[in-house]
This record gives sequence, C-alpha cells and structure tokens, in this order.
Amino acid sequence: MARAVTTRRKTITTIVAWAIGILIFFPILWTILTSFKTEAEAIADPPSFLFFNWTLENYTLVQERSNYFRFLMNSVILSVGSTLLGIIIAVPAAWAMAFVPGRRTKDVLLWMLSTKMLPAVGVLFPIVLIARTLNIYDSYILLIMVLMLINLPIIVWMLYTYFREIPGEILEAARMDGAGMREEILHVLTPMALPGIASTVLLNIILAWNEAFWTLNLTTVKAAPLTAFIASYSSPEGLFYAKLSAASTMAIAPILILGWFSQKQLVRGLTFGAVK
Amino acid sequence: MATQHSKSAARVMISPAVIFLLGWMIVPLVMTIYFSFLDYRPLRGVKECCVGFQNYERFVTSSSFTESVITTLIMVGGILLITVIGGILLALLLDQPFWGQGIVRILVIAPFFVMPTVSALVWKNMFMNPVNGLFAYLFKFLGLEPFDFLTQAPLFSIILIVSWQWLPFATLILLTATQSLDSEQLEAAEMDGAPVLSRFFYIILPHLARAITVVILIQTIFLLSIFAEIFVTTNGAFGTRTLTYLVYQRVLESQNIGLGSAGGIIAVILANIIAIFLMRIVGKNLDR
Amino acid sequence: MGSITLNQVTKSFGEVQVIPPLDLEINDGEFVVFVGPSGCGKSTLLRLIAGLEDVSSGMIAIDGNDATQVPPAKRGLAMVFQSYALYPHMSVRKNIAFPMKMAGVPQEEQEKRITNAAKVLNLTDYLERRPGQLSGGQRQRVAIGRAIVREPAAFLFDEPLSNLDAALRVNMRLEISELHNTLETTMIYVTHDQVEAMTMADKIVVLHAGVIEQVGSPLELYNNPRNEFVAGFIGSPKMNLIKGEEAAKRNAATIGIRPEHIGLSTTDGAWQGKVGVAEHLGSDTFIHVHVPEFTEPLTVRASGEFSVRHGDTVYCTPDESKLHKFDAKGLRMT
Repeated sequence: MARAVTTRRKTITTIVAWAIGILIFFPILWTILTSFKTEAEAIADPPSFLFFNWTLENYTLVQERSNYFRFLMNSVILSVGSTLLGIIIAVPAAWAMAFVPGRRTKDVLLWMLSTKMLPAVGVLFPIVLIARTLNIYDSYILLIMVLMLINLPIIVWMLYTYFREIPGEILEAARMDGAGMREEILHVLTPMALPGIASTVLLNIILAWNEAFWTLNLTTVKAAPLTAFIASYSSPEGLFYAKLSAASTMAIAPILILGWFSQKQLVRGLTFGAVK
Repeated sequence: MATQHSKSAARVMISPAVIFLLGWMIVPLVMTIYFSFLDYRPLRGVKECCVGFQNYERFVTSSSFTESVITTLIMVGGILLITVIGGILLALLLDQPFWGQGIVRILVIAPFFVMPTVSALVWKNMFMNPVNGLFAYLFKFLGLEPFDFLTQAPLFSIILIVSWQWLPFATLILLTATQSLDSEQLEAAEMDGAPVLSRFFYIILPHLARAITVVILIQTIFLLSIFAEIFVTTNGAFGTRTLTYLVYQRVLESQNIGLGSAGGIIAVILANIIAIFLMRIVGKNLDR
Repeated sequence: MGSITLNQVTKSFGEVQVIPPLDLEINDGEFVVFVGPSGCGKSTLLRLIAGLEDVSSGMIAIDGNDATQVPPAKRGLAMVFQSYALYPHMSVRKNIAFPMKMAGVPQEEQEKRITNAAKVLNLTDYLERRPGQLSGGQRQRVAIGRAIVREPAAFLFDEPLSNLDAALRVNMRLEISELHNTLETTMIYVTHDQVEAMTMADKIVVLHAGVIEQVGSPLELYNNPRNEFVAGFIGSPKMNLIKGEEAAKRNAATIGIRPEHIGLSTTDGAWQGKVGVAEHLGSDTFIHVHVPEFTEPLTVRASGEFSVRHGDTVYCTPDESKLHKFDAKGLRMT
C-alpha cells in the first residue's frame, strides 16, 4: 500500500497538477466563455475573462445562419448508425474469435487491424468514384458504411478483449443447460458483456463523431455532419469569434460529456489491448 | 470447448465482418493501383491506358514529394517528441496523490474529444491570430511584437495544435502503464539506496518502454493521415504540405488521378512499414 | 435410466493423443469418481461425456442410445463446474430456472421444482440474491440446484470442491453424498483428491496419462491395487514403496507396505532406523523413519501418542500379510 504522504508535498502537487490541468483545458474553457460574449467583447483589448455581458444571442444566430440542428442530426445519425451497424456485425465475429479460437484466429484479428492502418488518402478517389457511380455521394448510407468500415476493426477488437474476460465455463454451462447458439449469445453472453459493449459503443460514437477526412470529402450538403459545419467557418466574413465559439461549443459539448464517461475504456480501445 | 458444431458456427459468424473488411480493403486498393498506371486527368478529358511506372517516377522525382516527406517527418516527429515527453511527465504527476485527481484527469483528457476541425479553427483564430488572438494580447502585454504564427511558423503552429490534441492520449496510456507498476519494486529500489532520478531511469522508464512504443506506433499511424488540421488552417500552403495532403491535392484539387493514385500507393506502402512493427507488438500480446 | 457406456473412445488435440482407446461402463445410479493427478485426462473424459468436446473416435452411449453426435444440450446430462459457472447477471432463482426455461417447462412446474431444490439445498432465503452476494458454499449449492431441477439422466461434477476452504469441503462432500442417496441418480465426479474419491465413490476410476489404471470400489483399490501407480496414489499418507534387497528377498521388484501396516518398537524388529520428523495428529502419529538400506524414509503410523524424539533409534516390522508385491513392470504379483 501507498504510504502516508506529507501534507506539504500533497499541497504542492495539487497546485502544480491543477495549474497544468487548467492550462491544457484552457482553450476549451476560453471557447465556451467566448461563446457567451458579443462579437465586440470577444475581441476586446484587453480580453475580459468573466466580467462581460453574458448573452445567448450567438447560439440563436448560429442556428439561424447555418441551421446547426440539421448538422447535429446528421452527426447523430452517422455516428450512432455506423456504430450500431458495426456492433451487429462485430458481436458474432468477436464471439467466434473469443470462444472458438482456431489456428488462424490471431492472424484474422491482426489482419483486421491492418485494414485500419490503410491511409485513407490512398483509396480516396476510388471511393468517390464508386459513390458517384452508385449515386450515393453525400448520402447517409455511404457515410454510415464508410464510418462503420473504418471503425469495425476497433469494434471487433474491443469486443474480443471484453469477451475473452468472460469465463468459457459459463457459456458451457449454458450449453449444458440446453441453450442453443442463439440463446447462449442472447441470454448469457450479451447481458454479461453489456458493460463492455456499452463502452465499445460509446468510444466508437466518439470516433465516428470526430472523423474528419471522409466526412469532409464525401459530403456536400445533405449528409454533412458537424465536422463539415465547423469547417465552413474557416473562411470568415466580418466579426465571427463569438459565433465560431458558439458553433464549436455546440459541436464538442455532446462528445465531451460522452468522452468523460468512456475515458477508462479509451486506453483499451485505442491500444488494442497492448496496454492494460 | 471446441466441437465441430461450434467451429462451423464460428466460421459463419465471423464471415460478415471478414467479407466487409476484405471488400473495403481490396476493391478500392486494386482500383487505385489500376489508376496509378493510367494517364487520367478527367478535367482535361485525358484517359490513356498503361503508362507504366511513369506516374510513380514523376511523383517520386518531383520536388514537392521530397518536400512533403520532409514536412511529414518533421511534423510527425515533432508531435511525437512533445506528446511522449509531455505524456511521461504528466503521467508521473497525475500518479502522485493530490486533491481533485479525478477532476484534473478529466481536464487533461478533454482535448482528445474535441473534433479536429474545431480545435484547428479555435487555435487558428482565437489564439494564433496576429491581431485578435489571445497570444497576440499576451505578447503585447509582455512588451513584444505580436507574432503571426500561421504565416511565420506554420509548421510549428500545426505541430502545437495537433500535440495539444494528442497529449491526452499519450498521457492516459502512460498513466495506465505507470499505475500497473508494482509499488514494491520502487520501495525495494528505495531501500537499496537508489535516488529519485536513478529510480526513474532504471525502474520506471524500462517499465514504460512497451507503453511508449505502443503510443509512438499508434500515434504515427494516425498522424501520418492528419488532414483536417491542415485543411482548415493553411490548406497545405507555407510548407505544411504533408504526403497525405499532397496526394489529396493531386487527386481532388488538380484532378490528376494517375499521379495522385501513384502517390497514394506510395503512402500505403510507407504506412505499412510502420504498421508491421505495431502488429508485431500487438501480436505478441495475443499469445498470452 | 442413467447408464453410460464408452466404447473405444479416443481424444486427440492436434497431433497429441490425450486419451488412447478407452472403454468404460457406468451403471445407472452409480456414484463414479474419476481420480488422477492433474493432466491425466480426467476432465477431458468428463467433457467428452458432456459433449463439450468431440470424441476423435469411438462411441459414447447414454441409456444404450448412441449419443456421440448429440449436442450437449440434448444429452440430458447436468454439469456442475469447478468455477460454478453461475450467470452473474441473474438472481439465484433465475439461475436455477434457466435450464427449465430453455427446455420450455411450464411456469408452475418451474416454481415447484425451484421451491423443492431450494429447500433441499438450504437456499430458500437467498433466491432473490445475485451470485456475487453469496459465499462460496452457497454458490456451489446454486450450481447443484441448477443441475437438480433438470432431472437429468446423470450429474457431472468437474472438481466442484476445489475452490472451497478445507472445512467447507468436508461439509459439501457429505451433502453431495446425501444428495446421491436421496436422488439415486448416476453421478460422475472428477477430482484430483483421492480422499474425496475414497469417501464418496461407489466406483473409482483411476486415470493416469489418459489410461485407466484400475476401476473398482474404494476398498478394492485400497486392498488390491493393480499396479504401483494405483498403490501409490490411493491411501493417505502414501504407501511406502521399497526397491532393492528387501524386495528381492521376497522375489519382487518392488514391495509396498502402508504406514498403518507397520509395527513399531523401540527394542527389536525387522528394520532398524532413526526417527526423522514426527507428525502428531492427536489420534495418530505419523513418524518418518530413516532406514539406512532404503533410499526414502519410511512413513509409519503409530496409534495414539507414541512418544519418540528426533534421532531416536526405532525398529519397524511390516505385517507380511498386508505386503504388496510388484514386478519389474510395476504390475501386482499374486
């Protein structure tokens, strides 16, 4: 067990750690604060930190100007849709690899990971071409498929590591108790793996939400999510800091909250079990 | 627990995932390889078959390729340096007991969840803008000339932005690894009379070696395809054109598909070289 | 109902044959214990019977019907696992109900059987709890409850007591024996602990490297071990196995004598030796005697409080009628 630490040392550590924590968080904090300022206050010299006239007008303006909610809906549809589709495909695969490992299971797992490492830009044009030919460019179905495919290896991998922690004897007990393959997965495996499945879902919603390469290059209007919505602010007209901040705050707030819940699973999900 | 029945069931259940990923990998890749051997410029109406390795030759010998490779190396290397060293220090700090550990942890991790376009725009406008950015005010306050980050030091600016996004990732993984260090080992070293620095170099660092390798490899794979941050800040200008961005420009902006595809294949090959190392480490871990 | 026949059953994992061709007959209502050191194939054999592993060749018949290709769910067998394998997300009641739910047993019938099982196993007060809130012994009982309600043709137990502490193990041993007396259903029980085997079994199957060394009642194995391995494995403390001159004198390669069949004296006897360690158990004292002619110390049981001290000279005399003789191949000589 850790031994007692002197109060003085703990106080110093506390001050240093909080200072660094706030410094790292500051850009987010500043964005949130600026979103409540007027445009004039947003660029005031010297900058005001807390003592300004708090206003919500930027949020209404952003919604009016560029229809924030449509982009938000698109982000929700694409990230949730691609994650759920991925889960449906990945659960049986992860079940098979975790509980009926064969000689080639390891190779299959590694191969799946290797597809994740394919640089997207190398296949950009073929995907655009396929999308245009099939007339699905800028559609939900295209983006959901693409986001599902780039995250499928992570989903399979995370589920696999969670499933592996479930003792095989319990599944055998279910089999002895008369459960078929379907009942075994439905009544025993899934409820037991629920926490793992939940964190997999969470992490993959975050990854899909923040994905910027494909969402920027495969959408124009109809299916464009928040990444594209924010990118449209890169060529500014006039005073726009407060509006940019309001838009940014709205784009990251949902995922920041989800992210804080999933921080523990993050390590497992992104290192493919190589660090525990 | 392997019976014939469960084995064949397993094969059926694994196939959708395998088929999807196989299709996703092979179809576009084969198309890219095919295009890389064409002189294909849709805007000019040129589509001629089989120019051999001409595209590869032109892509590799152009000065922009060499520049982009150097830019990529500096960018990835710089980000890795900042995030790994910063990550180790932060992990050691957060591992100490102090009040409000949970909250500080959340504050430190937060940047990882900010979407790339948001963080690039916020940094570009609200911090690095030479007139209205917060850094400009800070410089003025200190009596210095405001500095135009994105024109005067564009590469450094992007490195800073991306490092801010990835520092949480490195910290979190290294913190997890630090916490798995057996405290008795450290206590034994202390009993043996090892001072703080020796304990760090002889016990903590070797313990973290694996985690550090994993951080470097995974970040490299993600960093090689940095796109949004360049897209919204400099759009590839001022020496910030990485290999990924160069290929993107050839394919979508100048619509030289043949040349871009050749570049894409080169990028795939380079990424795979790094991927092999990561696979080895992950694979070893699977055997346990 | 509940007889199981294994006919020339083998099992290989890849190139390695863990069970060479094996025949075994288990009669209805018998309590059969598979015993052997770890890695002897006893668990694999149980899993073959359960259907959790495919046999590589041979046939398994349950009640005279070929069950070799029948999936585990359809064999009508119930199994209690070493880790209990309770479903952690279900209450005790739901755990016990699960096999009946799978079999589509009507609701009232389920209730009736759960109530009965809970009464028999002292689980009535715990039915609404989750497995995580139970002690080891209670979890064990839930696992048994889940097996009972199925009214199976036979129960399979895979080292069910090895995760319990010593005192609880003795209790559960008795409870399982009680249960067998009440239900009169075939039970197959796997353990590495020969005391469990001796105390519970009607019939013991001693396994070694996938091969059946001997099948018989506990006393048969104790009195007439077929070979050196069984002789050394059954009985506690172990039988003394002596090679060399003493064995040759009796025309055998090895002679065996149990600690309880050696007489001890401070004045005279067949073998002279010095006292090493003395283990006082109260009712008995086990004394390790170092006899110069033997490579290993002789374990001798002295009843009650036989007071000797380390280094004392003692004389040991074997009861010649209880002496076991083995030939060079380790087989029993008659």
